[in-house]
Amino acid sequence: MGQLILEVKDLVTKFYTLEGIVHAVNGVSFDLEEGEALAIVGESGSGKSVTVMSILGLIPSPPGKVESGHAYFAGKYGRCDLLKLTPAELRNVRGGQIGFVFQDPISSLNPLLTVGEQISESLVKHLGMSSEEAKKKTTKLLEQVGIPVPKIRYNNYPHQFSGGMRQRVMIAIAIACNPAIIIADEPTTALDVTIQAQIVDLFQRLRNVIGVAVIWITHNLSVVAGFAERVLVMYGGRVVEIARVDDLFARPQHPYTIGLIGAMPRLDARESKRLVSIEGTPPDMLIPIIHCPFAPRCSYAFERCWQEIPPLITVGEQHRTSCFYDLDKRRPRDG
Amino acid sequence: MVENKVLLRVENLKKYFPITRGLLGRRVGAVRAVDGISFDIKQGETLGLVGESGCGKSTTGRAILQLHKPTSGNVFFENVNLTKISAEELRKLRPKMQMIFQDPYTSLNPRHSVGKIIAEPMVIHGVMSSQQLKNRVAQLLELVGMNPNFVRRYPHEFSGGQRQRIGIARALSLNPSFIVCDEPISSLDVSIQAQVVNLLQDLQEKLGLTYLFIAHDLSMVKHISHRIAVMYLGKIVEFTGRNALFDNPLHPYTQSLISAVPVPDPQVERKRHRIILEGEVPSPANPPKGCVFNTRCPLAIDICFETPPEYREVQPEHFVACHLVKESDQNNLDCEP
Repeated sequence: MGQLILEVKDLVTKFYTLEGIVHAVNGVSFDLEEGEALAIVGESGSGKSVTVMSILGLIPSPPGKVESGHAYFAGKYGRCDLLKLTPAELRNVRGGQIGFVFQDPISSLNPLLTVGEQISESLVKHLGMSSEEAKKKTTKLLEQVGIPVPKIRYNNYPHQFSGGMRQRVMIAIAIACNPAIIIADEPTTALDVTIQAQIVDLFQRLRNVIGVAVIWITHNLSVVAGFAERVLVMYGGRVVEIARVDDLFARPQHPYTIGLIGAMPRLDARESKRLVSIEGTPPDMLIPIIHCPFAPRCSYAFERCWQEIPPLITVGEQHRTSCFYDLDKRRPRDG
Repeated sequence: MVENKVLLRVENLKKYFPITRGLLGRRVGAVRAVDGISFDIKQGETLGLVGESGCGKSTTGRAILQLHKPTSGNVFFENVNLTKISAEELRKLRPKMQMIFQDPYTSLNPRHSVGKIIAEPMVIHGVMSSQQLKNRVAQLLELVGMNPNFVRRYPHEFSGGQRQRIGIARALSLNPSFIVCDEPISSLDVSIQAQVVNLLQDLQEKLGLTYLFIAHDLSMVKHISHRIAVMYLGKIVEFTGRNALFDNPLHPYTQSLISAVPVPDPQVERKRHRIILEGEVPSPANPPKGCVFNTRCPLAIDICFETPPEYREVQPEHFVACHLVKESDQNNLDCEP
């Protein structure tokens, strides 16, 4: 096992809105090793984006508030709790030691600055480069993320790039300062499938070349099947299952994970079987969770599922799930 | 059940949108959204129309229903040429051809109750007593798996998947035989997508519907369709049965598209050979000379930059537009999904 660079413990984030309190993240814990590729999978409203936004201190407050928890980050300057840092210290970590890529590259880039300026900005700020050095390095970065004729593209504005190319620019910004972690929030969702393949391929190459750890947030399990080493499945603001990618697909231990896998048609299937659909709708996050959040949609739910919140328990090597029902033995778990 | 009877035939359909400049709206060019496509849809069949954004698949759906007046070409629905008939005659045919839209948030009027939304087509097209209408709406809600007591509720009270069901109930209200489904699931969550797709398949079986299923998600298109047409930059590049398309894709674009779609299986994914296409789709306002795919095609030869390839039947029921494909060619590229 490699060195842990990120340990998130019991993270709770709420939003205080006019309609009531949105319980977005309800006690999420996970860790990340050096150079690892972790996927966080969940549907809209499952709290997957809010989890990483909370870690990075990017939750708009008000209405949002990180209520409790820890996020220990073993960065360049020793181990610290990201949730306890001052805004200035956090800014140093963001962009410098943790890079991020968002779903929508057009709204994450400044339309008034050339892409070159936007990439070199972080080099000057975080690494203290001179503008000459920064320009040289930026051109190299653009080349590294596969942008043709980087010297000319340096002076172009974001609107002169296509969606896929903008996402490459975002990735160049993310890796500019040699971060230990890149957090990618649905980086390919807005892109066409052939462009998506290009971007996944690029991430894979970057991991091999610069050894950066990646947290890839997505709603699509297939996209990360070949990329991630471990997968964390979220539902209702909680972790329902976390496992190595092969175990998750071969031996899913939570009824929701099984439903997610069954709901996706496979391109390599000869006959199309009826899709497994999860009946019902995702939980209303305005209502505080007092039982298993998946119980209303779960065909295995029994009395206990409606009485307490199932904790994450270990069911195999690096495999944990939060379910009272033992799917292998086809009966409720003991204890 | 797919019958042999052709329900809809599209012949050399074109839809160009003018590009205008200046105060007088001088015409300086055209976006060739759909540029000469032909296919037919059989009674009871689901035809999948797949392609990336901007390839003209939604415009095709709209041009077939005459929601966009086609620039040229013919659309025969039950042997009536929709492009040649009067507006009044078309209006009389409309009940048989309906549409389900992509975005269930903008395609339902927020100020109308569910009952009113579903009843509206029937009010416009037919004489029905209000009691009959009420019964029919309740029946339709039940048909799409919703509680008939929801008639008084408003769209904002429902989730995306439920709204899509309301849209489906509205499309079914006039007993159509043909429905254009324009990306009906792409704005829904994975678990809800499966619900809606299952519903569409059940309804097809129950009511003998014919679908044109437009989507960019190849795995979902393969799942639901009997035959699939692949579009690229306003043209159909390949058209054949679902299994033939995946077992023996002939066009280089289809091959790379199939190889780009991820499969939910880590072991398969790691071993897969991806054909990663370079570059991006050119602008339909200025398509390349010759074959439209020549800017990204890994196999392009001289002729591809000169002459547009002919769209032809190279194997029984297998149409392709590519210079490199010979009659009865078997593909020898490794592109198994």
